[in-house]
Amino acid sequence: MVTVNLWSGLRRFTDGELAIQVEAQTIGDMLEALVGKYPGLGPIFDDGISVAIDGDVMPADMSKSISSENEIFLLQQMKGG
Amino acid sequence: MAKDTNTSDFRYIGTRPARPDGLDKVTGRARYGADIAAANMLHAAVVRSPHAHARIVKIDTSKAEALDGVKAIVTRADFPTGLTGEDWDLQENTMAGERALYDGHAVAAIAATSPHIARDAVKLIEVEYEILPHVIDVDDAMAEGAPVIREGAANKTVPEGMHPNVVKYIEFGHGDVEDGFAKADLVMERHYKTEATHQGYIEPHACMGQLGADGKGEMWVCTQGHWYIRRMCAAVLGLDTAQLRVTASEIGGGFGGKTTIFMEPLALALSRKSGGRPVKLVMSRSEVLRATGPTASASMDVKIGMTKDGMLTAGVANFRMQGGAFPGSPVDMALYCAFAPYQVPALQHIGYDVLANRPKCAAYRAPGSPMGAFAVESLIDEMATELGLDPMEVRIKNSSKSGDKSSYGPKFGVIGLEETLAATKAHPNMSIPLGPNQGRGIAAGYWFNHGGETSVSVALSEDGTVQVSVGTPDIGGSRASMALMAAETLGIPYENVRVNIAETGSLGVNEPTHGSRATFASGKAMHGALTQAINEMCRRAAGKWKIDPEAVEWRDGAAVPAGPNAGQFPPMTIQEIARKMKNTGGPISGHHESVPDGVGDSFGAHVVDVEVDPETGHTKILRYLVVQDAGRAIHPSYVEGQYQGGAVQGIGWALNEEYVYDNMGRLQNPIFLDYRVPVASDLPMIDTVIVEVPNPGHPFGVRGVGETGITPPLPAIANAVAAATGVRIRHLPITPTKLLAAIKAK
Repeated sequence: MVTVNLWSGLRRFTDGELAIQVEAQTIGDMLEALVGKYPGLGPIFDDGISVAIDGDVMPADMSKSISSENEIFLLQQMKGG
Repeated sequence: MAKDTNTSDFRYIGTRPARPDGLDKVTGRARYGADIAAANMLHAAVVRSPHAHARIVKIDTSKAEALDGVKAIVTRADFPTGLTGEDWDLQENTMAGERALYDGHAVAAIAATSPHIARDAVKLIEVEYEILPHVIDVDDAMAEGAPVIREGAANKTVPEGMHPNVVKYIEFGHGDVEDGFAKADLVMERHYKTEATHQGYIEPHACMGQLGADGKGEMWVCTQGHWYIRRMCAAVLGLDTAQLRVTASEIGGGFGGKTTIFMEPLALALSRKSGGRPVKLVMSRSEVLRATGPTASASMDVKIGMTKDGMLTAGVANFRMQGGAFPGSPVDMALYCAFAPYQVPALQHIGYDVLANRPKCAAYRAPGSPMGAFAVESLIDEMATELGLDPMEVRIKNSSKSGDKSSYGPKFGVIGLEETLAATKAHPNMSIPLGPNQGRGIAAGYWFNHGGETSVSVALSEDGTVQVSVGTPDIGGSRASMALMAAETLGIPYENVRVNIAETGSLGVNEPTHGSRATFASGKAMHGALTQAINEMCRRAAGKWKIDPEAVEWRDGAAVPAGPNAGQFPPMTIQEIARKMKNTGGPISGHHESVPDGVGDSFGAHVVDVEVDPETGHTKILRYLVVQDAGRAIHPSYVEGQYQGGAVQGIGWALNEEYVYDNMGRLQNPIFLDYRVPVASDLPMIDTVIVEVPNPGHPFGVRGVGETGITPPLPAIANAVAAATGVRIRHLPITPTKLLAAIKAK
């Protein structure tokens, strides 16, 4: 079970929840489980997001392993100049 | 610790050898975007809308077609239909469809046998427009009754009931802000605005494209990211991506503005229509300013609570940014960065991405962060002054430290803000006495830095020299930093390494040189590729010595037995291994691809002294100091150059630069005479201090240094002007006219 922290603008898609627990071994599992639980998140994820694992912000690498030990945040997709 | 006092065991890293591209550039041999030519090449020109918002009723190309020398004309009718999302945005921006969405929007393009004929033909294309209401300002664009630029452009983050021009909404935070404000001794709320500014790269966009009827094509282009050019052009034109081979030219500046396409598909479309002849397209400066991406303009409200001893208790940031006629303003990044230097118990961030009738914005050096810093750092400074506190001490006591939770949620890794602020405070510039009408301003700034898709190859040559192939165009010295890191890893001279920017047919997908990532990401991937090559060289030596490869290690440019038990063999040098590689198994190379993790966050602090002429309102920069954590400065001269360049662009943003529109929405200053970037005579030498708190996520500690330097100048200068005059300007740029009026009104 991992805990995923969402940005607060997403609370209207998650019945007000911003720290959501899902069963997941990878980032791909996690996003799939989140959309399974709250389908309104699907289009948001499709538009592009970044995932921060223990402070390391990266594009959503679906195969990256995660565990309950990780601090996980979803962020809007980041781009640099 | 500061670079001046740093010592390390590195042999090459941290030295300042001559740049590998130096001779080519000083002799004029370096080939930029416009320096390409090919047999049978055509020259292109673009017809652009003179209106900010207009329905395209009719395009008559017949007179242009009849002009001798005109070989092809394309309009939107020559592009595939059915694109969606970002691909549609790119196509629509490349060539207007039903409506022109900003002054300068392309509506047709021509290829002819000479540039003069192409430009003459532009005048012969007749476009009938129905002018529509337009909107330029971000707050106006959100207001009830504002012209709708595109229905249905909003994504799902936007709550119902907002104006259709609001296309993205973001909200995040932590803690109880009302409780935080209640604990404060001083609560201030202020409104700030920044204007759109252009990256101002000296080299206009330029490319040559060739595309046959078989869908195979090539492009030579001035870009920060040729894989992005390939993917975007293929999407806009309906091509198979791998059939397009893209080579990046030398690049005369990009700063984020060359991470996307603007006119490149036009060259390919014209080539295809002219039977596959190469087509060269070079923008004028006016086209660059009218039709390529500046950054967004911003309207921002910030509220902060502070105790009388300078501790921040709460903050609210409400930012609105327009990024032109398409989604993509960096409002989210601005919010993520705004409070990042500080630990604030309660924060709320709200942001709106808004459409307006302006060119599609592009990334600009730390996109969004300078605007956010301007608002937050200006208000912190104003509050410190109000409470009689030292603004440096306020920043130090609230500063984020390694392992702290960031303002946007995730915790920081190893960061160097504390060390940066300490080095700033200790710098001699901080104690130089100031005279009449002079003021000192300080500000901090933050940028995430970035990893991104990266693919690198290395190969050993027959004489033991080494070639490195990277996919990140060299904008700020990455070839030198790659060569230094390769020399360090291999234990061979810097001069024995040649770094090439490979074309798209040579490597896997590479993201552009953006996000301050080139030395970090390509460097980290190169280290992986070199490790692979070193392992193979050790294996070749082991084969010769008839020992286990595990018993061989690499040291000072040679394979050596790992210890006495491995046997007694003289070092086998890289030259020796290279000479024999044909007969020991063939070519020796290494390859590595990844989306590297371990990105190191970057913080900087700037100190500026200004003098304001009370009779004219002119602000003169007396001295300027940049202090920034590089993690590790691979080639310190280039690092200092990045610090200085960021500061200078920020100075321009703060004092001079803005897009000026008339009441019809037409850009009034699309040349450098009227859009004034700082020039050498405007500036003192920019002092720099390189702080090195190594990033544990990189083999040599690199963080990335390109972007943070543009973040603090906006507030640092506004704070210095306020200290000099007692007048606080909250709407950039601080032009003499604006400042003089404020001084007189005081």
